[in-house]
Amino acid sequence: MGDLEVAEDAVQDACATALARWRDDGIPANPRAWLIGVARHKALDRLRRESGRREKEAAAMRDLSGREAAEEWPGMPDDELGLIFLCCHPALDPSVRVPLTLRSVCGLTTAQIAAAFLVPEPTMAQRLVRAKRKIRQAGMSFRVPGPEELGTRLAAVLRVVYLVFTEGHRATCGSELVRGELCESAIRLARALARLLPDEPEVTGLLALLLLTDARRRARVDARGDLVLLEDQDRSLWDRSMIEEGEALVERALRAGRPGPYQLHAAIAACHSGAVSAAATDWREIAALYGELIRHEPTPVVEANRAVAVAMAEGPAAGLVILDAVGAHPQLARWPQLHIARAELLRRLGRHADAVDAYRTALALEPPPAERAFVARRIGELNA
Amino acid sequence: MRYMFLLYGSDGPRPEFGTEEYHQMFQAYSEATSAMAEAGVLIDCAPLQPAAASTTVRVRDGETLLTDGPAAEIKEQLGGYTLVECADLDEALKWAATMPAARDGAVEVRPVIDVEVPA
Repeated sequence: MGDLEVAEDAVQDACATALARWRDDGIPANPRAWLIGVARHKALDRLRRESGRREKEAAAMRDLSGREAAEEWPGMPDDELGLIFLCCHPALDPSVRVPLTLRSVCGLTTAQIAAAFLVPEPTMAQRLVRAKRKIRQAGMSFRVPGPEELGTRLAAVLRVVYLVFTEGHRATCGSELVRGELCESAIRLARALARLLPDEPEVTGLLALLLLTDARRRARVDARGDLVLLEDQDRSLWDRSMIEEGEALVERALRAGRPGPYQLHAAIAACHSGAVSAAATDWREIAALYGELIRHEPTPVVEANRAVAVAMAEGPAAGLVILDAVGAHPQLARWPQLHIARAELLRRLGRHADAVDAYRTALALEPPPAERAFVARRIGELNA
Repeated sequence: MRYMFLLYGSDGPRPEFGTEEYHQMFQAYSEATSAMAEAGVLIDCAPLQPAAASTTVRVRDGETLLTDGPAAEIKEQLGGYTLVECADLDEALKWAATMPAARDGAVEVRPVIDVEVPA
């Protein structure tokens, strides 16, 4: 279930890279329009729901803790970490842990959470109510688990902190819409976890990943409030102290010799942070890191990202071989961005008829409007 | 807060009284419940006769209906219970994991609702 967010992020990574390449080819169209359009819609939705969020958050805490909260759980409202461990408790159904944390710790609305999990809002509301009822009836406490339980409880917690961050990060696409607070609360939670578990490389890796990503926040939005892709960002706007801290953390984590998905994502982020420009980026290293990541996160989306990195490092033919294999996955075959990336590599290889076919497949999958316009334009160019 | 551990055993028949298996089971439960008693969490515990010995009572439209056997037919047999007083679910779950039934069957931990029982 949580893979959805990773998938979305990865899609953005892959597409950002692919789109940057298209621009490098001197195409006069605006290939970023679709990305910006999608992101802006999400942010606007969020902004509309924003009013009254604080109030609802406080109400959720009261609701979650029940009337006896004051006596039974002293210090509960301040103990965010205890609350997050509670929301990720193994006595709760796995499918509700992330939604519950987003609702109760981060104050997202039920509608936002439902949208993220692709379920109707009443369904999500019911799940949350059921979970809160269980917490109350079963006498579950707000507390940080002892060392013997911590390990098993940690994976769910890390996942949640990561999802909180991506929720804030993806919202950062308009000057008035910047929602750094979610990113900051995720980093705060990650720091607290890192203090608690200094020898857990995945905890260190997660903190590194969040810092390295958030370091680019100021460069991600231009004066008009539009999203700026990694390749086009003014790297002087990147927060050097956050990058240095993140790089040091990822190195320390990897030295433990127990790599995991967060450490690898952080290492990929560090490859970008360490490059003076998109062209100077070590795509070979990034492709290798995605290859390692596949072993921990064997998803076609990670493989698609690897394909794009390989295409950047070794040329479009090598990337295409991987993308074609990914396209065999039934779920990914319905993902328009995959076909667009594939079409782009085919076009670069001079296989124009195949490229048009791939663009048409993407169109048939009903991509967002701005993206549809881009694809239609590209088909027109190739048929001209 | 009180929690009821419902101890579900595996499918097979329970060991006969006097056999080595019975002795081992008795020992295992004694150890687990003694630890709970020492920790001051144990309120009550007992094994139950097999489900076949149970009678289920339902009153419908004022009429009492009795059926032979348990209320719900399930694969596992409810073989006993343990009632404990714990600070929270985490503590209860820790104790539940010490019950022998957790190893070869299952232990369902049910929070008990506090009500005034007439004297």
